[in-house]
Amino acid sequence: MGPVSLLINIDDPRLLLLADKDNVYVCREDLMQGEPLQIGGEEIVLTKAIQRGHKIARRKIEIGEKVFKYGAPIGSATDTIRPGEHVHVHNVKSDYTPTHYFETPEDAKT
Amino acid sequence: MSLQGFLRPDGRKGIRNIVVVAYLVECAHHVGRQIISSFDGQEVHLIGFPGCFPNAYAQKMMERLCTHPNIGAVLLLSLGCESFNKFSLSKIIEQSGRPVKTLTIQNDGGTRSTIGAGQTWVREQLADLALYQRVPMDISELIIGTVCGGSDGTSGITGNPAAGRAFDALVAAGATCIFEETGELIGCEEIMADRAVTRELAHELRAAVYKAARYYATLGYGSFAPGNADGGLTTIEEKSMGAYAKSGASPISGMIKPGDIPPKGGLYLMDVVPDGEVRFGFPNISDNAEIVEMIASGSHLVFFITGRGSVSGSAISPVIKICANPDTYRRLEEDMDVDAGRILEGRASLDEVGTEILDLLRAVAGGKPTKSEELGHQEFILTYKSFEPIGPACLPM
Repeated sequence: MGPVSLLINIDDPRLLLLADKDNVYVCREDLMQGEPLQIGGEEIVLTKAIQRGHKIARRKIEIGEKVFKYGAPIGSATDTIRPGEHVHVHNVKSDYTPTHYFETPEDAKT
Repeated sequence: MSLQGFLRPDGRKGIRNIVVVAYLVECAHHVGRQIISSFDGQEVHLIGFPGCFPNAYAQKMMERLCTHPNIGAVLLLSLGCESFNKFSLSKIIEQSGRPVKTLTIQNDGGTRSTIGAGQTWVREQLADLALYQRVPMDISELIIGTVCGGSDGTSGITGNPAAGRAFDALVAAGATCIFEETGELIGCEEIMADRAVTRELAHELRAAVYKAARYYATLGYGSFAPGNADGGLTTIEEKSMGAYAKSGASPISGMIKPGDIPPKGGLYLMDVVPDGEVRFGFPNISDNAEIVEMIASGSHLVFFITGRGSVSGSAISPVIKICANPDTYRRLEEDMDVDAGRILEGRASLDEVGTEILDLLRAVAGGKPTKSEELGHQEFILTYKSFEPIGPACLPM
């Protein structure tokens, strides 16, 4: 089978869970700073805006722990990541080759 | 699923009937551009190789491109002193049954007179090709490539898996489908190898990804651009998982290298990373290098899945652009053929978009222009590479 078969909607339809094993959700739409989200039965308030297609933590992820999306490891956490926190280049690294990106003022703040 | 194509003397059928102008060194590029400029809106395309040093890969690529089933006639443009073997190329085109002419700028009176002679010859070929009739063509005679570019966090959820659904239907109908970029399959090697039809092929698939990982590690960059990170992709493994989805779920029948033409229907991986020590730089310097390699391996048309929004098309074969991100689609609708972002917004299912891609493919194969064709996109790029031939385990029995 291919890695993605269905989009699984959970409690919060703005978030996608791609596989049971995943510790991240994918945002289906742009989310605003201060917006409340339902994650694991708890309400979490977003501390920054998150764009469509970006990831947020489904549960706490420890430093060095693998990040799972599509049911597969996509890198390792470089920091402790709280539920509902943006999961991206500032707190995850590749286990293969480093990611090339432009640091924006937004990244510097996180 | 019956289509209509142009029958070539080698028995293959094309879905376009193009006169291609091919320059054999950068020094002949301007003359080529001037020749095609007087045929705006007609099926006259420009391709070429810029280098003046000999390269077996480039020679093979140009041979395959100039004898591609979408090509009806070929004009070769030589400066006169370059290393490219125009004699061998011309002979191979002639043996394929296509009209071919070589103009050599140093012998043919310089820029103006070569442009004039080239335009006259192209005009004659267009008149001849206009007499060709389409004949019935089966879906199993089609070769379709797929690439993704300008990927973002939506690509692996909407556009790529929808293209994968279309691939599954095409493979089931006997067509040949090619997916690529071993450098964008890093992290997927085990799940991909599990789909190989033989254990020996599984070994080859894994080895190709390991080779890509080593190659990119030496270069210091993965196949990952800053725009991928802006769009929510964090690592090459994550990008890979999304890219891998466009291969669908069919068994993998074989592995080819650029310019190898799959011997029968099925799903093939294209190993695009050069063999041997790292030389000549990055394997494919941009998306169009990959598209050109798919076409050199016989692709009649190419699915291009984009999230950030690529506007590229290609010389020789139509490119169907599948937009994964609904925001991008709204911004760049004039460049996009399929709005796969509807899946994210709950307005369509993966299967519905997969079916839409197949319907469009049939129309495009029958002559309907894609958005990039309408807009005149004819991108082309070919650079230096070196490959060993594929091993015996790579092709189906």
